[in-house]
Amino acid sequence: MAFRDGPFENIKVPLVWTAAVTVVIAAIGCVLLLISDARAQNSPYQPVRAGVESVSGPVGGVFAAPVRWFGHASDYVGGYFFAVSENRRLKRELAELQPWRDQAIALKNVNARYEAMLGIRPEPPVAMRTARSISDTRGPFSNARLLDVGAARGVKVGNPVINEHGLVGRIVGTSSNVSRMLLLTDVASRTPVLVDRTDARALLTGDGSGNPRLEFVRGVGSVQAGDRILSSGDGGGFPRGVPIGVAARGIDGSWRVKLFSDRGAIDYVRVMLFEDFGQLIGADDLNAPPLAALDTLAEATAAQTTAITDSAARRAAAREAAATPPAATPAPSTAQPVQPPAQPAPGGTE
Amino acid sequence: MRRPVAVRVVGPMQWIVYPALISVAATIVLQTPVELFGLHLPEPVIPMVLAFAWPLIRPSVLAPMVLVTLGLALDILTYGPLGLWGLTFLAIYSIVLASRSFLAGQDTAVLFVWYAACCALAFLLAYVVMAFIAPTPASLISVFLQLLPTLLLFPFAHRLIERFEDGDVRFR
Repeated sequence: MAFRDGPFENIKVPLVWTAAVTVVIAAIGCVLLLISDARAQNSPYQPVRAGVESVSGPVGGVFAAPVRWFGHASDYVGGYFFAVSENRRLKRELAELQPWRDQAIALKNVNARYEAMLGIRPEPPVAMRTARSISDTRGPFSNARLLDVGAARGVKVGNPVINEHGLVGRIVGTSSNVSRMLLLTDVASRTPVLVDRTDARALLTGDGSGNPRLEFVRGVGSVQAGDRILSSGDGGGFPRGVPIGVAARGIDGSWRVKLFSDRGAIDYVRVMLFEDFGQLIGADDLNAPPLAALDTLAEATAAQTTAITDSAARRAAAREAAATPPAATPAPSTAQPVQPPAQPAPGGTE
Repeated sequence: MRRPVAVRVVGPMQWIVYPALISVAATIVLQTPVELFGLHLPEPVIPMVLAFAWPLIRPSVLAPMVLVTLGLALDILTYGPLGLWGLTFLAIYSIVLASRSFLAGQDTAVLFVWYAACCALAFLLAYVVMAFIAPTPASLISVFLQLLPTLLLFPFAHRLIERFEDGDVRFR
């Protein structure tokens, strides 16, 4: 007997009910996905995201290309019509910047001498990769962009991204030719910063708006409107001193930052292949006991043994000389200033 | 003798698959990094139109599944948490499905009010979910700035309903 001839022949499930059951099952699936995915690097769906982005990235690049060409054409026309006013403005800026250039050269020289005297190890130069933004997400819940460089060119998760004005964001996902950049304005973005004027530390927190918040500001009165905000380098994720923006009061009274990177279009950017100190040295090496390397040292040579013995003897002699009370010396009758030796006259003959 | 009248049966390709593909394509196009005079392209949540229109056209098993797929695609394209937009689309779909008998044959103004209420509810749901997931709640101003262009998409939803509501005589 066929099913349709049986007792269930007249049972019909309304289509609304089947649709409702489908909705419930799909909603449960979505909730489970939300729980298991946190947009983090250790998300189990990261390869899926990377795969889709590696496909959608070139498609976005195709749409972005005409826009870029149109922008170049409008820049060309604008440059033709506004060449005179642009030339005057640039001359004025050049005149203003020349004293700053001289000061920068002098300060760079002094800074290099200080670093040499104090034995400071400056940060090594950071290699960069130029990239083009091919896709842009600007919603309240995510602010991210796709870049047309990926792991094939050395880009890694965590690399900072800058444009010609300042810090833009950091890399949060890579595939071979495309990488995903999280902007400073994203709700998941956290950047340790400092106030240039007071060296006070704070945390730059994105909230989906154009101006991220300045939270956990250390010290009272350490921030004023107009203060320059730089990356602090705390935690090793960003190099220190990358310009970010200017502090300003938001309409809700909180401190916010007007980003330098918003001064122009974020089309071409540079990915800093920055390796923080935590990546340069393995965690096991940092956690090793202080004298653990002694077991692996080679035996000292005869010359090294002689030098060590000589150094130890000199130190012992110095200790004995310091322990012996000095003999009383007669006080000088008159305090005579020490005269420097006579200097030969410049240009004199011997 | 009466001439036979050809009955046009609109299949799911016409009212589900093609609009879904168009919404994905439009989303990718609107993600183009264009900035003119300091202004970016608007970024509405385009599949919201489908989540509102599909249950009014007819109940379907395929439509919720396609909505979830669209939501996942939107999550990946916008680097959002997976499941966020799928859940909101399903919420809209279920509300409109439940109120289907009330909304059938209503005036355009009533439909728009219902669409606006559904969009507001969807963004509220997304805001609450993101407040749980992300350490910082999103700015309400930026939420409004995405809600506004989404509301402006209502003519497309209305056109879709008008086009396919009577497409199959079996669902009249």
